[in-house]
Amino acid sequence: MSKKVLVLGETREGSLRNVSFEAVAAAKKISGGGEVVSVLIGDSVAEFGAELVNYGADRVITVEHPHLKSYTSDGYSQAMMAVIEQEQPEALVFGHTAVGKDLSPKIASKLQTGLISDVTDIEGEGDDAIYIRPIYSGKAFEKVKNKGGIDFITIRPNNIAPLEREERSGDVSSLSVDITNLRTIIQNVVRKSAEGVDLSEAKVIIAGGRGVKSADGFAPLQELADLLGGAVGASRGACDADYVDYSLQIGQTGKVVTPDLYIAAGISGAIQHLAGMSNSKVIVAINKDPEANIFKVADYGIVGDLFEVIPMLTEEFKKVM
Amino acid sequence: MNIYVLVKRTFDTEEKLVISGGKIQEDGAEFIINPYDEYAIEEAINVRDEHGGEVTVITMGGEDAEKQLRTALAMGADKAVLINTEDDVEEMDQFTSAYILAEYLKDKEADLILAGNVAIDGGSGQVGPRVADLLDINYVTTITSLKIDGEKVTIVRDIEGDAEELETSLPLLVTAQQGLNEPRYPSLPGIMKAKKKPLEELELDDLDIDEDDVEAKTETIEVYLPPAKAAGRILEGDISNQVTELVGLLKNEAKVI
Repeated sequence: MSKKVLVLGETREGSLRNVSFEAVAAAKKISGGGEVVSVLIGDSVAEFGAELVNYGADRVITVEHPHLKSYTSDGYSQAMMAVIEQEQPEALVFGHTAVGKDLSPKIASKLQTGLISDVTDIEGEGDDAIYIRPIYSGKAFEKVKNKGGIDFITIRPNNIAPLEREERSGDVSSLSVDITNLRTIIQNVVRKSAEGVDLSEAKVIIAGGRGVKSADGFAPLQELADLLGGAVGASRGACDADYVDYSLQIGQTGKVVTPDLYIAAGISGAIQHLAGMSNSKVIVAINKDPEANIFKVADYGIVGDLFEVIPMLTEEFKKVM
Repeated sequence: MNIYVLVKRTFDTEEKLVISGGKIQEDGAEFIINPYDEYAIEEAINVRDEHGGEVTVITMGGEDAEKQLRTALAMGADKAVLINTEDDVEEMDQFTSAYILAEYLKDKEADLILAGNVAIDGGSGQVGPRVADLLDINYVTTITSLKIDGEKVTIVRDIEGDAEELETSLPLLVTAQQGLNEPRYPSLPGIMKAKKKPLEELELDDLDIDEDDVEAKTETIEVYLPPAKAAGRILEGDISNQVTELVGLLKNEAKVI
């Protein structure tokens, strides 16, 4: 049986997040030929509707309200529940993002449904969809299915490929919702993450550990990341030593990332760090210590001084790009 | 202040996973308090020390979880509750857990409930917000700072690396993110005292919960280890040749650039 699937679209710094396109692709699969409807929530989001259609959404519904400028679980849940009431979907897909993680359990609770979070792959379609998700910080995986009622999943960024972008046409409509009784007032957001590429969605990550030795030591890593359109990350050791902010930490505590290319420089490879990156598609390790644990998960390794290797890598990449 | 902490017993982070019969083998494995829940316990103790009141830690599962509750009591929590689901619930999911916890909490008039933002085993991060929704109280996830002044609560939360500052009020449920505090180790006197602190054990009957009410909404059909990764290639030779070779491999073999 085909399903009608609602997808939460998200914007960040004035553009749609990649994970929103990935969520549309996931929804297509779950729908088994049914309708995929994207939902955009905010104070001014209608302009993004057409692009979601280009990425495969059949229709887009926007909910705009001044109280939805910043995310709050109260505001967004009122908006989302109003759309759900109108559309009566058979499945829901959110990104496993700050917003998706915070909002999805509340919606699942209100609908009294299950919620399969942090999905990295989908097997089967429609009613037979089975969801794959990492457990034990990526040391194992489980296959989960819904036992009835609404299929509700959040998808981990960077794992499910978006559909090819094409000029498509589809209806973008707005739903007017009264947003009241917000119990949380957002006062300020202090940007700590690096400008530009979001670590959890980066295709390339250059990560440094204690071996980087100082905050300045991260400069060559940043240069390489910039060249490859990637982001800089760090091990807990580098964060504890105050070389970089904790917002860049990758690991069991910190971010879990799955880029196409992960270059670990001066990272020994503690199990807690591996938990955050071992599912990356290709891992390169650069470390002076040939016995370092990181080489066990690396696809390619260079035993050497990162301060020598990284600048040379940057130069070499410049030649071939 | 009436403070509750939701705690989960999890595998030690260093444990190697062994799967047999489609399940993760627990025999002989070390168990710990979920690391994010330790931040929640520490924060609860600090809030109590500043504002007065009582900290109750709650967990669900079998009798084995008593050990983690005693650890929380040794850190400084006042009371512990174990909701023993071993005999009554065959398969649990986040719906089940949240329902049971909320049924326990619904008449407790909690001012503040704390939990870890995610458990390192299941990794869903759902139970805290679900409990808050069932209790019809507000929640804030992944917090890194908590200040309480009367009914007013000022919070900093981590949103994918950025710090969001917000204001809300009690009653409230929060989930802890790394950076909230440095959890203390139980002291020897703490461990001695913990042995005498009250630890209540309840079953679903005591909470008037029917097994059918808590039937899981999702079903795990398979658990498996990721395919073993082929040994990587350590490049050899002159460093500059290694670098050239690496870029070639990334471009032509791995095709990631």
